[in-house]
Amino acid sequence: MKLESKVPQGELSTKWTQYKSSVPLVNPANKRNLNIIVVGTGLAGASAASTLAEMGYKVSAFCFQDSPRRAHSIAAQGGINAAKNYQNDGDSVYRLFYDTIKGGDYRSREANVHRLAEVSTNIIDQCVAQGVPFAREYGGTLSNRSFGGTQVQRTFYAAGQTGQQLLLGAYSALERQIGLGNVKMYARHEMIEVVKVDGKARGIIARNLVTGELERHFGHAVLLCTGGYGNVFYLSTNAMGSNVTAAWKAHKSGALMANPCFTQIHPTCIPVSGHYQSKLTLMSESLRNDGRIWVPKKKDDNRAPNNIPEEERDYYLERRYPAFGNLVPRDIASRAAKERCDAGYGVGPSKMAVYLDFKYNMTEKYGRAEATKRGISNPDDATLVALGKELIEEKYGNLFDMYKQITDEDPYEVPMRIYPAVHYTMGGLWVDYELQTSVPGLYALGEANFSDHGANRLGASALMQGLADGYFVIPYTIGSYLSKEIHTKPIPTDHEAFIEAEKRAKDRINQLMGIQGTRSVESYHRELGKIMWDKCGMARNEKGLKEAIEEIKALREDFYKNVRIPGSVDEFNPELDKAGRVADFLELGELMCHDALNRNESCGGHFREEYQTEEGEAMRNDNDFTCVFAWENKGENNWELHREELNYENIKIQQRSYK
Amino acid sequence: MGNSMKINLKVWRQKNQNTTGLFETYSVEASPDMSFLEMFDVLNEQLIEDGKEPVAFDHDCREGICGMCSMVINGRPHGPKQGVTTCQLHMRSFKDGDTVVVEPWRSNAFPVIKDLSVNRGAFDRIIASGGFVSVNTGSAVDANSILIPKDIADTAFEAATCIGCGACVSACKNASAMLFVGAKVTQLSELPQGQAERESRVVAMVNQMDAEGFGACSNTGACAAECPKEIPLSVIANLNREYYKAKLNGK
Repeated sequence: MKLESKVPQGELSTKWTQYKSSVPLVNPANKRNLNIIVVGTGLAGASAASTLAEMGYKVSAFCFQDSPRRAHSIAAQGGINAAKNYQNDGDSVYRLFYDTIKGGDYRSREANVHRLAEVSTNIIDQCVAQGVPFAREYGGTLSNRSFGGTQVQRTFYAAGQTGQQLLLGAYSALERQIGLGNVKMYARHEMIEVVKVDGKARGIIARNLVTGELERHFGHAVLLCTGGYGNVFYLSTNAMGSNVTAAWKAHKSGALMANPCFTQIHPTCIPVSGHYQSKLTLMSESLRNDGRIWVPKKKDDNRAPNNIPEEERDYYLERRYPAFGNLVPRDIASRAAKERCDAGYGVGPSKMAVYLDFKYNMTEKYGRAEATKRGISNPDDATLVALGKELIEEKYGNLFDMYKQITDEDPYEVPMRIYPAVHYTMGGLWVDYELQTSVPGLYALGEANFSDHGANRLGASALMQGLADGYFVIPYTIGSYLSKEIHTKPIPTDHEAFIEAEKRAKDRINQLMGIQGTRSVESYHRELGKIMWDKCGMARNEKGLKEAIEEIKALREDFYKNVRIPGSVDEFNPELDKAGRVADFLELGELMCHDALNRNESCGGHFREEYQTEEGEAMRNDNDFTCVFAWENKGENNWELHREELNYENIKIQQRSYK
Repeated sequence: MGNSMKINLKVWRQKNQNTTGLFETYSVEASPDMSFLEMFDVLNEQLIEDGKEPVAFDHDCREGICGMCSMVINGRPHGPKQGVTTCQLHMRSFKDGDTVVVEPWRSNAFPVIKDLSVNRGAFDRIIASGGFVSVNTGSAVDANSILIPKDIADTAFEAATCIGCGACVSACKNASAMLFVGAKVTQLSELPQGQAERESRVVAMVNQMDAEGFGACSNTGACAAECPKEIPLSVIANLNREYYKAKLNGK
């Protein structure tokens, strides 16, 4: 199989403009006769579904939650990047492009990333027009802050709940189209099979999660906007229901899976507190604007953090990376935290945590500025804390509340304790420049695809990519395919392809229900997560990965012998839903290990212990691995590797340095 | 970590919308650092082990933002603590040996699907009736071309933090949805972008709210008291003002 990236010819900065001017259009009368299925209603799905419906296509949208507004994009906290240069700090489309390529450790496709940077500015305009209440300055202009891996302020935000506000904007646009009858919404529905006719995606089999019924839905094209698969690790910052099932069924129907081992471990999450823990909670990267990360200089220092004097603290990020300090990219900050904890300097009861401390900026930065503003000369410490606290509260109030709620400690008084956790998956379905997978008519948008973030995603870029794909990319690129489909009449759902796909789905469900063993689905998921975290997590090596593959195979076998799913198929049965998802994770986990094992280098979030510099930094092998690994499913847990070479024509590949 | 605690649960069990339900009693060993939903995870694992049906309940993000979790705990939506959702409620808010009663949201407009899960599609239909700005993708002007004073942006944001969980409806003796509707109307009527449809929006949303079977507001304030995002009662006053203004203008 030859992978065609379909990157347009021409100079980088003109590719997208030229593409838009030359891509075939579908006239309004024909659009009305074309059906598009959108699976998932997060930022990518809701923005795509609403925009395509506005254009005149007939859209059916699906989500497994009880409402499209619940998609996990809602939980994104810190912000969204855009190259607006409102702060006059030298930002530009090129700089956003460059930062994203470098942040991704030179493992993403130049043309896709440049397009992303180009449309980033339109996203902010669109969201503001929808009534998204971004943070503003007193003069009424939009406010910005910094995120990791950049030296400009280009992140737009709405307190610590930017994802919520952006998703509610996209959701309102989607609901508007539902009200107008242009989108038919199917909530509490899960896609469990892709239907292909003559090699093209022509629909899906969805399961109604309330009644258990299987439904057949036809579409001239199918868009998967189903998010990432971080829950393969069991504990992650993803929502409980986030899963790989739709993407995995697409993969088994012929769509290639690209760079599946590229996982983002987020440096600042609330540490695990007990074995019962069901998920991990993120503390936004934006906190690193004002929080300083440190551990005690002495091993096993059991003093309370506020009793450890300044000179006995190791601000290890500021020490190791003076140019970027606490705002190094996520992969680097996570590894540095792991290094300190592994070396015995960790804090808290488990010793697997570091401090994120706001005291200095609360008093020295905000407190002092506010005191000056109010004409208080020589303010004492208590005054500075009180004044600074107000500003910190305004910027991060909801995050501080959440931290207190979970840990029962007040982060205004004591530093937060944080540790890295699985957060995002850069890997995903392989797509070309048009966001089409290797199956014609099947597209993947947002986190579900692999295309823009290389081996490490920069903060505040996930929201940007989801909305770019949905609002501004797919509405153009889908025309390239659908313009050739205007003569295709809707295929009746009693076509044999639908019957066969439904039978596959039904057989699988009956197989799972028929096992009636002794172990809960949850227990398998937890065990898989532990294997993945220990052996395919923040650090990987050949021996561990080979072991993990065998362990996952054994666990999968056991699952199909001993899992117990209560209830029946024809009712609301969350345990059955979960069983289907965990079954897919048990296959994906193995592929991730193969991917990590074959990539004999370290890059971004993929850290192979065999490949590191003397200082412990990731060591890439550009000669052999400046490429995408795209895996083709060859039946029963068997895969064939294809490569897409990445050509850097505009950026010179360098050793990534944030020192 | 911490000490183990024993919790006696009385949980509403109902097979589906067409059957009547009843309370079942269970006992769970919990830890103070567990969230309320993690305590339910432990209960469900126990039930599955015993060959019984686990309790169905809605949940997803477990960070207090998706609005999916929805339990009435000891008579209060999202439980005894102010300003938190059920998923952010921790067992340290209870004592060893406590008996805790757990029911689904109570409202005819939110029919029970199973056990503690309800159907909140009515909220989506209210938004579909007018809770948006009619602006198609691609037609927006530069984001900084319309300046919005900070206090207006802040008021709009405060109203926009509603998570659509439905606690307000469940807390209200009339099962009124006015806090939910008021929050959206306030967000969009404050902002310059929402002005064009200001009057038609409020009328359409109130009509849909009535059609869904939500009750009227009698100013008790239970909704705002139980709202996990602390949406202020003033959004209802604002909703009334907006509605009367629109009606006076013949909308």
